[in-house]
Amino acid sequence: MTSYLIQGASVLGAGPRDLAISGGRFVDALSDPDVVIDARGLVALPGLVDLHTHLREPGREDAETVLTGSQSAARGGYTAVHAMANTAPVADTAGVVEQVWNLGREAGWTEVVPIGAVTTGQQGTQLAELGAMARSAAGVRIFSDDGLCVADPLLMRRALEYVKTFDGIIAQHSQEPRLTEGAQMNEGTVSAELGLPGWPAVAEEAIIARDILLAEHVGSRLHVCHLSTAGSVELVRWAKSRGVRVTAEVTPHHLMLTDELVRTYDPLYKVNPPLRTQADVDAVRAGLADGTIDVVGTDHAPHTSEHKCCEWTAAAMGMVGMETALAIVVEAMRDFDFDFADVARVMSTRPAEISGLPEQGRIETGRGANLVLVDPEAEVRIDPAEHATMGRNNPFTGFTVSTRIVDTFLYGHRVVAGSALADPHPIARGGTWIA
Amino acid sequence: MRHLLSTADLAHDDAVDLLDVAEEMTQVAEREVKKIPVLRGRTVVNLFFEDSTRTRLSFEAAAKRLSADVINFSAKGSSVSKGESLQDTIQTLSAMGADAVVVRHSGSGTPQRMATSGWIDVPILNAGDGTHEHPTQALLDAFTLRRVLAGAPASGPAEGARGRDLSGATVAIVGDVLHSRVARSNVHLLTALGARVVLVGPPTLMPWGVDAWPAEVFYDLDEALAAHSFDAVMMLRVQLERMHQSFFPNPREYTRLWGLTEQRWRALPEHTAIMHPGPMNRGFEISAAAADSPRAVILDQVENGVAVRMAALYRLLIGTDSEGRP
Repeated sequence: MTSYLIQGASVLGAGPRDLAISGGRFVDALSDPDVVIDARGLVALPGLVDLHTHLREPGREDAETVLTGSQSAARGGYTAVHAMANTAPVADTAGVVEQVWNLGREAGWTEVVPIGAVTTGQQGTQLAELGAMARSAAGVRIFSDDGLCVADPLLMRRALEYVKTFDGIIAQHSQEPRLTEGAQMNEGTVSAELGLPGWPAVAEEAIIARDILLAEHVGSRLHVCHLSTAGSVELVRWAKSRGVRVTAEVTPHHLMLTDELVRTYDPLYKVNPPLRTQADVDAVRAGLADGTIDVVGTDHAPHTSEHKCCEWTAAAMGMVGMETALAIVVEAMRDFDFDFADVARVMSTRPAEISGLPEQGRIETGRGANLVLVDPEAEVRIDPAEHATMGRNNPFTGFTVSTRIVDTFLYGHRVVAGSALADPHPIARGGTWIA
Repeated sequence: MRHLLSTADLAHDDAVDLLDVAEEMTQVAEREVKKIPVLRGRTVVNLFFEDSTRTRLSFEAAAKRLSADVINFSAKGSSVSKGESLQDTIQTLSAMGADAVVVRHSGSGTPQRMATSGWIDVPILNAGDGTHEHPTQALLDAFTLRRVLAGAPASGPAEGARGRDLSGATVAIVGDVLHSRVARSNVHLLTALGARVVLVGPPTLMPWGVDAWPAEVFYDLDEALAAHSFDAVMMLRVQLERMHQSFFPNPREYTRLWGLTEQRWRALPEHTAIMHPGPMNRGFEISAAAADSPRAVILDQVENGVAVRMAALYRLLIGTDSEGRP
């Protein structure tokens, strides 16, 4: 495997130093590197880890495949992504999660970590074979019915308890189904004017509150997916103060956009949970800054253009975001004391810890050389046509951002070079991440 | 005016102008040949994704009285899953040479989406979109109300209302405001024309966030009727199936608390006009006594609907206002 000496990188935004990579790991020093990279002016971050992405395969290969999604991840600086279970068939058996896991390895652009469904077929009635998925080659640790809420409180309790067998986590899509029947956008003054059925904050907060109490009662790990309201931040803050084992996630779009955009009736802005108000945006930013919210997860949700180029009410919910996440987080957190070390914490280190990926999340000698080099003073106009994802539903189209992904190293292999896809990790031809 | 999507887009003077053009249009119905040739050779498409015989007929009559050719396109059900997409439908109409599209759709915002999508480049008239707006209904309500305030006949050709707005008027809109596109359009338009709007209905049928609207809100109809001397009381249609979604317990209780019963109607001041956008649920939100009373202008509203739709088509397709401005 090629060895690299990366010179003069600003690691986590601190003073310049050299990084050496050999055999897929960070090493102390290299006497005779194969390649020397001049990284002066670039920031080095541990490869990003996304706890929440939709790769659509199997089933919706017209919207995204594991291959295109992995390429999108690599270009976004992600060296590990967690693939949500709402595929067709649903990832609710060892067979499906292993299929996704294998497709990820065959692609070789990022480490694809499958998430298993909590309930069979995401029907919300019966536990899926969580143990079989945990013991499969994919080694699933995170389970989620994302897209749908595990609404039945008893089933949620059982799921939380059951995954203690293998130190698993239930990642909940917090949405009280009865309170959101037919919901099209955030319930507020904008929905009242637009005449679109509202998705009230309380429908998210009621489930989060319930799940926090359940997690506390049974002593299990709960991960709150894509929280979006000021009230949700308060609830998680309260839970953490009580020592409940809860972690929380926010998306780049909930850090940046508000429901005012729905006035265009452009389905580009249709997403679940919906875009909220400026007060909510302010609260999730503050929550991310003070650590209440542990991680940024993209909820990358590609859709074919047919599902977005239509009337609002017929359109699918979701936005893509892996290739713009880092830049958007940097822009969203500008008004806070939030440096690149914080960015690394919420986009790499914490998500790797939550998922239990020891080779990800840290630039440390001996660990997997998962690394991203970032130009922090670029000027990039976001154009989805240039992205690797098949999804063109990027709500930041036309935004100008200052952060550009230059290189991505996946277990020591340079998968992105000069902001373009280079070639996949050799695992694509068989073998292991670290030789 | 490029499109007619929402009354929120109508400034005071534009609205008065449209009502004045509609006054002109009432003359047409009195002619031996009820037609004027202003839109000869133009094609107006009525694109109805949702059934609404009344509104479609009214738009059709309006277009025909202006000598336009009318194509009716009934396309019930619209999503990708049901076959043809909205984009294909609209582009097809565009290719066929439509000069204006009147659209009714169950989804809020669909007319605006059509107008901004680039799929077609002709005026779009919103004939009702989901629970968002129904601008021509509000225009015909304003037209009728203006006549009533001027002491003129509520419909037909008449003098006295031209040039006026609704300053000084107080109007109650009663019922299911949450699901009503008529209420939303009226709140914008009547307010823009200087009227004071009072919304009345059960809290379950008021939108969350209604406090931000330029309207006073009452949950108790009798309190509202005691607090104001209304120039008009507009009863909204309430769909009976709402009770299955727990918006109210049953029709009897709704009628007792929010219906314009015979007793409530009798207690109204002499000058209060009774309005309803139709179709009515007699005996539910409005009693027969009120609906059939001399103070009811419900059929006048229907008649005026043709005139205001003629005015809207005329302004959108001919493109100048009463002073010849583009």
